[in-house]
Amino acid sequence: MTTTLVFLVALLVVFLGWIVRQSINVKPWAAGGLQPSETDHLHPAATAARVGLGVFLAVITSFFMLSISAYNMRMDMSEDWVSLSPPLLLWLNTLVLVAGSFALQRAWNLARAGHAARLMPALLAGGLFTGVFVVGQLIAWWQVHAGGYLLTGNPANSFFYLITALHGLHLLGGLVAWYRVVRRVRRSEHIARIRVSLELCTLYWHFLLLVWFILFGLLLTT
Amino acid sequence: MAHTGHDATSYAPPAELPEMELAHPKTFIGKYIWSQDAKVIAIQYAITATAIGFVALVLSILIRLQLGFPGTFSFMTPETYLQHVSMHGMIMVIYLLTALFLGGFGNYLIPLMCGARDMVFPYLNMLSYWVYLLAVLVLAASFFVPGGPTGAGWTLYPPQAISPGTPGIDGGIILMLASLALFIIGFTMGGLNYIVTVLQARTRGMTLMRLPLTIWGIFMATVLAMLAFPALLVAALMMLMDLLVGTSFFMPTMMALGEQTGYQDGSPLLFQHLFWFFGHPEVYIVALPAFGIVSDILATHARRNIFGYRMMVWALVAIGGLSFVVWAHHMYVSGMNPYFGFLFATTTLIIAVPTAIKVYNWVLTLWRGNIQLTLPMLFSIAFIFTFINGGLSGLFLGNVTVDVPLADTYFVVGHFHMVMAVAPIMVVFAAIYHWFPKITGRMLHSGMGHVHFWVTFIGTYAIYYPMHYLGFAGVPRRYYAYGETGFIPESVVTLNSAITIAAVVVSLVQILFIYNLVWSTFRGREAGPNPWKATTLEWQTEHTPPRHGNFGKELPVVYRWPYDYSVPGAKDDFIPQNVPPEQVEMLPEGAVGAGR
Amino acid sequence: MAIALVLMLLLVGTVLFHFLSPWNLTPLASNWGAIDNTILITFWVTGFVFVVVNLFLVYAIIRYRYNAARRSSYEPENKSLELWLTGITTVGIAALLAPGLVVWGSFVTVPDDAHEFEVIGQQWHWSFRFPGEDGEFGAVDPRLITEDNPFGLDPDDPNSLDDVLVQSPVVLLPIDRPVKVLMRSTDVIHNFKVANFRAKMDLLAGQVTYMWLTPTREGEYDVICAQLCGVGHFAMRGRVEIVQQEVFDEWFARQPTFGELQARAAPDPVAGEQLYATCIACHGSGGEGNRDLNSPAIAGMDAWSVARQLKNFRSGARGTHSEDIYGQQMRPFATLLADEDAIRNVAAYIETLSPVRIEPTVAGDARRGERLYRTCANCHGRDGQGIRAVNGPALAGVDDWYHVTQLANFREGVRGRHHEDMYGNQMVDMAQMLVSERDVRDVVAYINTLAAPGRTMATAQLGAQGDD
Repeated sequence: MTTTLVFLVALLVVFLGWIVRQSINVKPWAAGGLQPSETDHLHPAATAARVGLGVFLAVITSFFMLSISAYNMRMDMSEDWVSLSPPLLLWLNTLVLVAGSFALQRAWNLARAGHAARLMPALLAGGLFTGVFVVGQLIAWWQVHAGGYLLTGNPANSFFYLITALHGLHLLGGLVAWYRVVRRVRRSEHIARIRVSLELCTLYWHFLLLVWFILFGLLLTT
Repeated sequence: MAHTGHDATSYAPPAELPEMELAHPKTFIGKYIWSQDAKVIAIQYAITATAIGFVALVLSILIRLQLGFPGTFSFMTPETYLQHVSMHGMIMVIYLLTALFLGGFGNYLIPLMCGARDMVFPYLNMLSYWVYLLAVLVLAASFFVPGGPTGAGWTLYPPQAISPGTPGIDGGIILMLASLALFIIGFTMGGLNYIVTVLQARTRGMTLMRLPLTIWGIFMATVLAMLAFPALLVAALMMLMDLLVGTSFFMPTMMALGEQTGYQDGSPLLFQHLFWFFGHPEVYIVALPAFGIVSDILATHARRNIFGYRMMVWALVAIGGLSFVVWAHHMYVSGMNPYFGFLFATTTLIIAVPTAIKVYNWVLTLWRGNIQLTLPMLFSIAFIFTFINGGLSGLFLGNVTVDVPLADTYFVVGHFHMVMAVAPIMVVFAAIYHWFPKITGRMLHSGMGHVHFWVTFIGTYAIYYPMHYLGFAGVPRRYYAYGETGFIPESVVTLNSAITIAAVVVSLVQILFIYNLVWSTFRGREAGPNPWKATTLEWQTEHTPPRHGNFGKELPVVYRWPYDYSVPGAKDDFIPQNVPPEQVEMLPEGAVGAGR
Repeated sequence: MAIALVLMLLLVGTVLFHFLSPWNLTPLASNWGAIDNTILITFWVTGFVFVVVNLFLVYAIIRYRYNAARRSSYEPENKSLELWLTGITTVGIAALLAPGLVVWGSFVTVPDDAHEFEVIGQQWHWSFRFPGEDGEFGAVDPRLITEDNPFGLDPDDPNSLDDVLVQSPVVLLPIDRPVKVLMRSTDVIHNFKVANFRAKMDLLAGQVTYMWLTPTREGEYDVICAQLCGVGHFAMRGRVEIVQQEVFDEWFARQPTFGELQARAAPDPVAGEQLYATCIACHGSGGEGNRDLNSPAIAGMDAWSVARQLKNFRSGARGTHSEDIYGQQMRPFATLLADEDAIRNVAAYIETLSPVRIEPTVAGDARRGERLYRTCANCHGRDGQGIRAVNGPALAGVDDWYHVTQLANFREGVRGRHHEDMYGNQMVDMAQMLVSERDVRDVVAYINTLAAPGRTMATAQLGAQGDD
């Protein structure tokens, strides 16, 4: 549980600091309006959509942290753990996923610059790379399976399949959001709307890339 | 006085938020079924939760009948007994209390009390309810599959939960886990709304330190739930894999009914850690909204500001944070490393400090108040009484040494029902009697309400208080029958019969309550917009009940905290949050002094 | 004001209930008086807080009841009061925690001179193991568990041969000697609880848990399971007897070691056939039984269950209840069997007899019985074939009238309530689920539908494999 606790403590420290800043020198019972500087609303850049994404990512972080905690605890609690060496293909898949993130970043950059008409190829490339990554993961599963590392053979194997599947499912869920962006672009909706949804999509991709780095690192080092 | 602090510059900054686009459907179905109005969603949540909650109530009566009158009912076999116990617990904790407090009260009150038109993601909010409903239906379906629902206890400990021979192994457990996963997904959708709405959609002038404690409680509970539910999801997924594809995450090398199972070296304790990492915060997911709501009700009906508002907020946050580092106090006798006992006993008892502060502040709010013994107030007082009792018995179980003889006895049953069932339910009732006039525009019938209150309050105490003493006598929980032992005296059967009778009476009076709800919705006395003379924004709406969009053309602007009751010098004994300082009617000089 | 009065009454009632309640801690039988003391401390501290806070609440409700002419006092905060209250609470909490932690310190520290024994939990049965002369437990592996090696001991480990195995759920412990209790489970989680010891702990598969205690009071104490372990959870009973060292030694010497059990010769059905001569008069030469004499058919019954009942009859655990007339008739015949080998031999012979066809004599609603039988199936098998691992004998192929008599006996405690009949006791508890004669008839009617074919097959298989 150490992993999860570290994450939670960090989160709670930030949260506590924020609450204390909002409350320590405030007399809640004082009536009256507020000076513009006193407004405690978040930074104007913190739109509802972005804050919503942030909260959602915190939930997913908690989810993956707990999965990693379970992984580590299962490893420590019994002596039957036989590490499996992840197939080399995973390195290639990682590169593909990085490329996907880059492509989406490029699309977002274009959207911010107002080039709605030109962002389609980058957007499609982002989705395509992601699709290739998912297929690549499936092939990696097949390789691992063919190598005799069966799902039920060892907890290390079970966890390998479990965490790659969980990560993959989150990406597939992301592809639904990605498809909605594609539709918006195709319908030539207003650039501002495209920008908002594309931004969320891109940030989500970067986040899942980070998660993948951590999970891959975990698989490599244990 | 600095308290009233009339600012010279009564300035309120313009709304940072653009006005929301609201989906205004025309048809009945669009308005009440596929509604995106948080208030309608709240009522959908509340009705669904109450409906499945009644199922759990009936189950508890069946359990009590078996315990009170063993060997009388042939419909109650050991299997059905365990199935009823498991489903009763799971439904009450998750599908009733969590859903009702957050999905029900959260949806209704957050936008209104923050001064927002609606939740920030209304479509997601609607989806949240429908996924929740699906989760409830999947859960209910497990009663009808062959073999029935799971009988593994609501804690679903493996290996038992998925071993051959456990009731519900044929399908009930799969539906249970699937339903939990759905619930968590649905809840995450709703939770996103609750958090982001509180953070982003507060109206002008509604600073964090002017939020009613109700919102603080619901907000903190949602934060806990969003971080804790993933633990249950991970555990449920891993258990499903153990069951369906034969992995050994949790399942050790073991026999089942005389045969080897093929599982290898899994760790049952790992599940318990994950489960209680969710399970303990879950206690506070239910408790924190109750804490918040009861604070507001006490202040309103005692005509006094809540005592120590900031301390109350900090205590909520502290309890929320600490709730993540106490989980293993459910596992003192589980066979985990015994040295954890030192750590978790300490953290657990530390959490008693902020909790005690809350109790003091509630009582100190009544102190020097002007207490109107309305039904919401009565239920709130009942909450304080039961919560003190349940909180104090928690000090027995949290202290590792004391827990050893009491774990898995009726002391535990008495404790958690007192603190986690009766106390929050008292707040649910207080809240319903309090906000019903806003939701329907009519008052609940007071006579029926009083019958409901007295029977529920005294009855539940009579049910759960004696259970602690069964625990001292060593009577174990989750027993279908007690047979003959050297240490359980015959008198226990008598006591159990008495408890059962009390439980039946308390359950029957809930039917009266439901009848009152229905009757008063159509026939109740007209309430007017603000029958309790309350300060918070939901009582200041243009229409009662509030329409879609909550407020009139303009969102209210907030100038003060929600506890301006009996402000010295003011003419009325309450000043709504949206009244600017210069519009407060003052008493003529010299007439002041009614404060003491 | 009714609420103030009621709160006051509840408060007084709560305190009175505490002092007058007949339900209190069981008499202590171990060294853990310190645990009782921590409970007592907690009682006084929490009781004090409970009374004071509630009295204050009642006072506030009365003193500050509504008065239209009065205003509440407006006082948002009172820092010093809040700090004082926080401080006092913290001190109180520390006063509770400190003794708790100290006692926990001794709870987790096993004294060096403690002797050891092991508790093994399984659905729904306790058994015990002592390390034997060498003081070392032999290695165990759950994968080695078979009918002949229910403890899963490793026969190749030299330490295991002298391990003393107690297969019945009754264990004796010497008084005043600290003992470390090691615990493991072969299936789900159990919890070894003796209320009088205060200490308890879960038993898990795949890991050995422990606790320690010093028994301090002679007597017999119930062992119950305190962790939900399935349908038979409530009937999972055992007994610890605290005795003087000499009594313990004498008992201990009688318990078989693993090595002895392994070396024991297979039962001899041929020898059993001669012993069976005394049974013929009532049960018939082919074991077909005789309804007129109230003798059930016994042909083909599993040897282990026959042997267990013969032992019970011989020791008086069965057939001594004054209302168990037919049991009383059986008892003298069982005492004719000289020793355990004789019992095993005759039981083995009975198993070789080919089962006879059972004629249904009991009318009941088999469909209703099927639902009730689901519970029975946990121990007696879905097809009534019996499951040895959970000590459930076969039901299919047994005379239905015999079932009716025995179920009635169990329900009334005529059979199974004997102190030594541990499985009978379990069955007494389980039989409580049949609340009427109709339930009994229905479930027996369902068992009738399970008869013959499955039974014949099961026996044939067993015969082919050979038996113990």
